[in-house]
Amino acid sequence: MTNRLTTRFAELTAYNRAGFVAYMMAGDGDSQGLLNALPAAGADVIELGMPFTDPMADGPSIQASALRALEAGMTLKGTLAQAAEFRKRDTETPLVLMGYANPIFSMGWEAFAKAAAKAGVDGLICVDVPPEEDNELRTALTKQGIALIRLATPTTDDDRLATVVANTAGFVYYVSTTGVTGAGTGVVTEVGAAVDRVKAASGLPVAVGFGVREPEQAEAIAKRADAVVVGSAIVDAMHEGGIDGATGLVKRLASAVHAARR
Amino acid sequence: MSETASADTRPNALSAWPDIDGRFGDFGGRFVAETLMPNILELEKAYEAAKADPGFKAEMDLFLTDYVGKPSPIYFAERLTEAFGGAKIWLKRDELNHTGSHKINNCLGQVLLAKRMGKTRIIAETGAGQHGVATATVAARFGIPCTVFMGATDVERQAPNVFRMKLLGAEVIPVTSGTGTLKDAMNEALRDWVTNVSDTFYVIGTVAGPHPYPAMVRDFQSIIGREARAQMMDRLGRLPDACVACIGGGSNAMGLFHPFIEDEEVRLIGVEAAGHGVETGKHAASLKGGRPGILHGNKTYLLQDDDGQIIDAHSISAGLDYPGIGPEHAFLHDMKRAEYVSATDEEAMEMFQLCTKLEGIIPALEPSHALARVRDLAKELGPDGVILMNMCGRGDKDVPQVARMLGVEL
Repeated sequence: MTNRLTTRFAELTAYNRAGFVAYMMAGDGDSQGLLNALPAAGADVIELGMPFTDPMADGPSIQASALRALEAGMTLKGTLAQAAEFRKRDTETPLVLMGYANPIFSMGWEAFAKAAAKAGVDGLICVDVPPEEDNELRTALTKQGIALIRLATPTTDDDRLATVVANTAGFVYYVSTTGVTGAGTGVVTEVGAAVDRVKAASGLPVAVGFGVREPEQAEAIAKRADAVVVGSAIVDAMHEGGIDGATGLVKRLASAVHAARR
Repeated sequence: MSETASADTRPNALSAWPDIDGRFGDFGGRFVAETLMPNILELEKAYEAAKADPGFKAEMDLFLTDYVGKPSPIYFAERLTEAFGGAKIWLKRDELNHTGSHKINNCLGQVLLAKRMGKTRIIAETGAGQHGVATATVAARFGIPCTVFMGATDVERQAPNVFRMKLLGAEVIPVTSGTGTLKDAMNEALRDWVTNVSDTFYVIGTVAGPHPYPAMVRDFQSIIGREARAQMMDRLGRLPDACVACIGGGSNAMGLFHPFIEDEEVRLIGVEAAGHGVETGKHAASLKGGRPGILHGNKTYLLQDDDGQIIDAHSISAGLDYPGIGPEHAFLHDMKRAEYVSATDEEAMEMFQLCTKLEGIIPALEPSHALARVRDLAKELGPDGVILMNMCGRGDKDVPQVARMLGVEL
């Protein structure tokens, strides 16, 4: 499968540079404005959160953000509309949707895949659909050329890893710690070893996230991983400081990541 | 994977589900974050091994008789029968169990399993507090530290149970996220489990969650139906015309129904909480007022809006205040093997008082819902009919709330 994700990671490899993946929540504040501003601030890949009432794998920052977004009237259709609007302005930055199964199931796996493709979406991370349950979703996405991106975690042993990376595409998201989003990052040396293991098993780039907040942490991880994901910190910065606050943080994080291997 | 469940691996009998993928027809499954998948698979293996081990069963049986007080009797509710003017009403007295509800049947099984697996910490979610109390009780008995997540709203309306859990040595964590009820407590318990995955055993209180929980909790609760079925045969020489139980997540109902599933002549009737009335939108009737979706590890009927966002349940009874239902109930509903009806807050309050006055049994608000439909069914079946209802919990915990609602200051 070739799409913007493979192209972007090939470019990063060519420059021997780690990528910066910025997560934000659709519908929390002026999210369209932030989405449009992220590439210029240094985001190589964007993860757009689809708000859900019961985000079981997320920490307090993203939970609160999702509830604010829903309160403000955001829906899955609304999220896809923001993606489409973004895609009119930016044809290169890969856009990955991240969220939970029920709103997608409610729309219908196929209807969702079609709508997402039409909106210019490149990948999907569906937190509560593990490989054992993803047959229908994966089939629908593959038909539309959208990568199903899976999460690997510290609890994923070698046996399990083979199952996790089978049929995955785009990149593998390595969750650096057991726990919810924003909870604190794993030990960098262990993360490095895990990245190598996941990379060898999948043959795909590995992005590391969960608990990365500071440029120093991001830089340390970027020495070993293909990309670094930051979510909760950006969501908090957006809530507290608006688009300027969020893009300011993204600039600092992205330049730390981009400079890590120099 | 669901595609591997080909026709020849699917169970023939309705009572033989789930299939190897943890599915009851299209419902159930394992919809959890990857961090939990190895745990879920480990639990499934450990549970299968325990089931096959006579030593595990012997330990369970010993504690069920000497500690829980099994078997609980069945009781002919003569004055309710007279008052309703129809079929004979028999109550399965699971409210007489140690800790006052059916919940301990399951907690005992899961805590013994946790011990067997070498887990050193127990977590649980609770709504009314009955499951929390039962878990804290068994955890105390086996000396395992226990943390109970409870919605902040429920902490307030079930104060006696909160204090009871603390006396038992459990840490009670009030959950303020979302609406502070049972579903939020379950979210928070899952978040804890994701974080403390290696040493922690999550004791789920109902027949929901990822596989193997729905099947495992059902198996542990099936003692209700197995005992009641044998007791009916012994006392009446016949099976009841209908088994009736209230449903939140559906553990007491599933425990009562399961041993009767193959008895086609026995009607199985689940009573959901209609809150202010299903038509008002303020209710907890997932089958009557919801549609299939994915939440808390399984595919089942859920209260949700057009966008697939979960809608808060409403019920006077904290134990029924959940926007989903166990996947096996969803399956029995779609297969039309069980019937699902509902009762309102008001009806439950009326039955709570009636049962107390007539039988000298203070029912929990949860089974008070079931009594409301037993009343209709008694008339429908007439004097030759026999109804078996599970009195799944006693109402001591609800006394302060009922007093408040009746305008009485304690």
